[in-house]
Amino acid sequence: MVISADARARIDAEIQKYPHKRGALLPALHIVQGEQGHVNTDAARAVAEIFEILPVEVMEVVSFYNMFFDSPQARHHVYVCTNLPCSLRGARGLLRELSQHLGVDESGDTADGRIHLGHEECLGACAYAPMLRIDDTYHEDLDVEKAKALLDALA
Amino acid sequence: MLTVPYTTQYLTEHFADGDYTTLAGYERKGGYRAARVALTQMSPADVIQLVKDSGLQGRGGAGFSTGMKWSFMPAGGDAPKYLVCNADESEPGSFKDRILLERGAHQMLEGILIAAWATGADKTFVYIRGEYAQPAVTLQRCIDEAYAAGYLGANVMRTGFRHDVVMQRGAGAYICGEETGLLESLEGKKGQPRKKPPFPAQYGAFGMPTTVNNVETFSHVPHIVANGAEWFRGFGTEKSPGTTIFGVSGHVARPGLYELPLGTRLDEIVFEHAGGVPGGRKVKGVIPGGMSMPILPAGQLDVPMANEHLRERKTMLGTGGVMVMDETTCMVRVACVITYFFRDESCGQCTQCREGTGWLNKITNRIERGAGSEEDLAILLDVAAKMEGQTICAFADAAAWPIQGLLRHFRGDFEEHVRQRKCPFSSSFEL
Repeated sequence: MVISADARARIDAEIQKYPHKRGALLPALHIVQGEQGHVNTDAARAVAEIFEILPVEVMEVVSFYNMFFDSPQARHHVYVCTNLPCSLRGARGLLRELSQHLGVDESGDTADGRIHLGHEECLGACAYAPMLRIDDTYHEDLDVEKAKALLDALA
Repeated sequence: MLTVPYTTQYLTEHFADGDYTTLAGYERKGGYRAARVALTQMSPADVIQLVKDSGLQGRGGAGFSTGMKWSFMPAGGDAPKYLVCNADESEPGSFKDRILLERGAHQMLEGILIAAWATGADKTFVYIRGEYAQPAVTLQRCIDEAYAAGYLGANVMRTGFRHDVVMQRGAGAYICGEETGLLESLEGKKGQPRKKPPFPAQYGAFGMPTTVNNVETFSHVPHIVANGAEWFRGFGTEKSPGTTIFGVSGHVARPGLYELPLGTRLDEIVFEHAGGVPGGRKVKGVIPGGMSMPILPAGQLDVPMANEHLRERKTMLGTGGVMVMDETTCMVRVACVITYFFRDESCGQCTQCREGTGWLNKITNRIERGAGSEEDLAILLDVAAKMEGQTICAFADAAAWPIQGLLRHFRGDFEEHVRQRKCPFSSSFEL
């Protein structure tokens, strides 16, 4: 089964909240990705069937939004905010140090698939700069050593 | 607890109190009493008139009269009507809605409930940016608490009024903060803004009459109902009443969240509240209202933070995100960061924006690395002029204005790059 029974039940519950079924598409994609780590073409076909739309319409949405992925991902996503308030307080230097620490490009995956490092636009943490996001959690008021320790602690 | 320096007025008064994020704690501070007054003692028309009289302006960036916006919703009728709460805060330099969600979600929900009564809306969709995963958990808990206590659902406070609140998480697209981009996203599509007219009050979410308000806008409403329009007008200026939460970031001693009356002078915010630039350095420029708003040079900070005054200096209040840059700052690097953002976030629908944001970024990068020419400055202004006012939504304007502002006040920085064929600001922030 491409989509688990549990995920399917949660998607059906979301659909109930909307006047048109399709309103629940983003919630459904969050659910599928939460379970599978990404939304591949098989998952997109299954989602399309639920929503009675074409698979390409699902992929169109997946590819439009930065937080949806169509291919397998590293275990953790680490994004350093490099927008202006963070850059003014050293975010670019932090990203450079972390990329050297991990031995990856400023946007890249570690060879063991543990971490994807990247930069992201404003995360709404401007007074706590520099900061980064690890998966769903913000880490703020960082310096290089604190940030390296956070990355080292990731399984 | 709040972990950054802050000042409070009515909106954030109880935000240091962790209990305030629970329904019981919110009720102990008088929570949901204003909604009860509105639903049991006021007609919808009374509420709209009150909010009009208060002079409340939307706090999402455009500053439109909230009461006026509500009055555009068709009265009566059998078709469903919706409210949308725009919690897709992603304007660089803005982080006020996050604290309002994390610390005051019930206050916002009470404002939504009052607005729902005023506009006759059946349902509110709260669209929260995907990256705000933790605030979304808090908000959903507060929504669940409100249902359990009968503040939401089929029979709100036993008045017979029905209202539902549905939270939807976005997925990382700045353009979904634009209200019609948000509506498209809410409907499960790419967040590409709609042509207007028709406006959302006629054809909004799922084709139904819809009003879209920002998190902070809703959060002011319970206080207006509880204390009256005259009380609200006791804060701020005649044309811009009330307080707002200024988020101050960048080169200041105390970056933080400062709830202050509209009309507070920018230099007071930067120097007195945020402590000025550390290390004895001077201010070079300040972006007063989130990245879309044109910068002001150090000599023009004696301006009251209200649109009627900021417009005279060719900028606007926007979202109240105040970004401070000290004298080491290279304004061409600032332009590179800004143009990169807009290039990255353009939805690609309109040619002027899709191509223009790319060219603004390419040219500013070229100037920064010393490969620019005198002609490039004119091209930047030409591209910006061809984007402004030429597209479906205001994104292209938001991309053009900061470049126009930087060239208006810091043209010398750009010219020096061209003349020296390199960046002359060796101690500026790293790009």
